[in-house]
Amino acid sequence: MMDNAPRAFRPRDRAWHPPAHFPDYKTSVYRSPRLPLVSLTATRSELTGPIFGHSTIRATDNDLLVNGRVDGDPIGPRMILFGRVLDEEGRPVPNVLIEIWQANAAGRYRHVNDSYLAPLDPNFWGVGRTLSEPDGSYRFRTIRPGPYPWRNRVNDWRPAHIHISLWGAALCQRLITQIYFEGDPLLPLCPIYNSIPDPAARERLVARLDMGESLPHDTLAWRFDIVLRGPRQTFFENRPEGA
Amino acid sequence: MLRELPSQTAGPYVHIGLLPAVAGIPFEPERDWGTMVGPGVRGERIRIEGTVFDGVGAPVKDAVLELWQPDAAGRFPGHDPGADPAFKGFGRVAADLSTGLFAFETVKPGRVPYPDGRWQAPHATLLIFARGINIHLHTRIYFEDEAAANAEDPVLALIEQPERRRTLLARRELRDGRVVYRFDVKIQGPEETVFFDV
Repeated sequence: MMDNAPRAFRPRDRAWHPPAHFPDYKTSVYRSPRLPLVSLTATRSELTGPIFGHSTIRATDNDLLVNGRVDGDPIGPRMILFGRVLDEEGRPVPNVLIEIWQANAAGRYRHVNDSYLAPLDPNFWGVGRTLSEPDGSYRFRTIRPGPYPWRNRVNDWRPAHIHISLWGAALCQRLITQIYFEGDPLLPLCPIYNSIPDPAARERLVARLDMGESLPHDTLAWRFDIVLRGPRQTFFENRPEGA
Repeated sequence: MLRELPSQTAGPYVHIGLLPAVAGIPFEPERDWGTMVGPGVRGERIRIEGTVFDGVGAPVKDAVLELWQPDAAGRFPGHDPGADPAFKGFGRVAADLSTGLFAFETVKPGRVPYPDGRWQAPHATLLIFARGINIHLHTRIYFEDEAAANAEDPVLALIEQPERRRTLLARRELRDGRVVYRFDVKIQGPEETVFFDV
């Protein structure tokens, strides 16, 4: 076994991410540290991470149209979610564990704590998982999730979104975020989306309709490219991560 | 140069994606992400348990936590030759939805070097995700009974106030003959846990 772990990463630009304390998102007020984070130069504990092999994944794990099926197809607009995983140098990142979860087309989650009045779909779980390919590409089939109300301000609604969790090669690349949809009128109203200070950063979370990948008379496709923190070039041999 | 995607909260339904069984979904009923040890694992078997508390002292019952650590000899599975094949290195658990208690079944980690060659004290890295947490919290679990190693740990030494280093020490207890380390996380307040930016 060889240690392929990179030796250093670019610092994380905290101003690019949402601040921990963002009062318009009320829960963040009491779930955010008040003291400064302690800055740490990454050691092996942060430069390594779990390696997820193909044994982690089953054939239908990335097909949400099928994996929760009981006696029919899930209801809602069929969609393909696809894209590539790159690092900050633009190099493809293979073997990234990509996990997604989402509400159904009516905006209801299959979760013991979701009590929204919209119906559950007996044929939809809303969970999927895949590993990025050697060229960094990934693909899911699912249904387009619906918007839903949430308890924050009196009339707050989440724009349609898919949650996405990413495990790259190193712990310090760990990231969880959300995928939104181009043209959603709820986006400018959402305090969670707006917790990201830079509009250019927000835009990065918006999936784009891609007619080229859409299947005629079958399924629309949405492109969402993923970028993980990159190894610092000066310390890193010139090869794709994980190769 | 590209920039990494910005973070967003994992939200209250994070279990669906990361621990479907907790949400009530039979996506992978056979999988136990919280047990990091297999038969014949080397080293001292331990349980790490605790609760994450918010700024008003209430347990964060919807948190998901991830643990990453080397084996008992300080080797990282998948990275270091000779790493214990009966040890996974990675664990993922949900806080109990009604009490907030979380627990990992693991081993006491071995020491790993700091970049300058000094030794770090035994520690595990803990990541915390939850509704209201806009970018995951990153902390380290050290062990109170490793006083000599802790005293020379280069990362603990980065914490300006020695009083705050205590927030990273798990307390050892014996329960029915088993070793349990208690590690509570306080997101705010006078005992605020040290969180890292790496």
